[in-house]
Amino acid sequence: MALTPNEEERLRQARKGRNIALGLVLLGLVVLFYAITIVKVGGG
Amino acid sequence: MNAVSPANAIAAEWRDFFALTKPRVMSLVVFTGLCGLLAAPGHVHPVIGFTAVLCIALGAGGAGALNQWWEADLDAGMKRTARRPLPQGRLRPTDARDFGIALCAGSVGIMGLAVHWLAAAILAGSIFYYAVIYTIWLKPRTPQNIVIGGAAGAFPPLIGWVAVTGEITLMPVLLFAIIFVWTPPHFWALALFVQSDYAKVGIPMMPVVAGEGATRRQMLAYSIVLLVVSLVPWWVGGTGAIYGIAALVLSGLFLALTVPVALRRSGEGDAMRPEKRLFGYSVLYLFALFAALVADRLILGQG
Repeated sequence: MALTPNEEERLRQARKGRNIALGLVLLGLVVLFYAITIVKVGGG
Repeated sequence: MNAVSPANAIAAEWRDFFALTKPRVMSLVVFTGLCGLLAAPGHVHPVIGFTAVLCIALGAGGAGALNQWWEADLDAGMKRTARRPLPQGRLRPTDARDFGIALCAGSVGIMGLAVHWLAAAILAGSIFYYAVIYTIWLKPRTPQNIVIGGAAGAFPPLIGWVAVTGEITLMPVLLFAIIFVWTPPHFWALALFVQSDYAKVGIPMMPVVAGEGATRRQMLAYSIVLLVVSLVPWWVGGTGAIYGIAALVLSGLFLALTVPVALRRSGEGDAMRPEKRLFGYSVLYLFALFAALVADRLILGQG
């Protein structure tokens, strides 16, 4: 099923937004896991 | 505009996924979970405490997503919920389901590894309880659905408390009991002024099944029980007078606002003022009561 150029543009925008959001979530998890590790190792 | 076009569903925005987590319900979940954590005796490192509250929020969000995945067709038939992403066809149902499962699994796993496995186990139990026992099994089958569902919303302060202490004691169970008893009058006040919608999609809400009068009387009974239950933490010495007096005033006002709701019947074109006032106050009540609990702990340092 072919998408119209309009639909294709909207699809690209939505995917870009999702990717940015997921990237920020992953970045947040990296920071969180780093902080947890420091606390666990340091507090032992 | 409601047609589920595949082009629409694969163009889902991140906001649609965010909406699946029921952000407005989450504010109460985060707040009561945080209060349970802060009111518990003992200390956790702020990073671990933050992680615990984050996991409670993620678990609630995942459960909310699973709930919306399962109820998409019901939501489509109700004015209040028809604009959610799934009834609008802005998401693929399987994406919503997988998103919910990922959030639930992630939250339980992180809670267990970073905080405490008992807290993680209770979190997993509360998610299962809400998404499966409540949403799938009992909500469509019994007019007691709100009483049963209330237990799901009562878990956050219990989980927050256990994240600190690592054991289930009387106090966190009492916090659970307070929200459990608070939920029916809170939700039935809402159900009284949106009841036609629930009837339309065949959910057996109390006002529809047992009638308005019975619902109003039960709300009064729960409000009386709430007055007693909210004072028990003070009586058993789990809190000081700050909480005790706040609970007495807040629960007394809750009861005072329920009485007019219990004694009246709605007429044609009724504005439902007392019901709306009780519903509005009930949200404020829970925030204020748990804030008082934390203030009591921080100022008087009991427990």
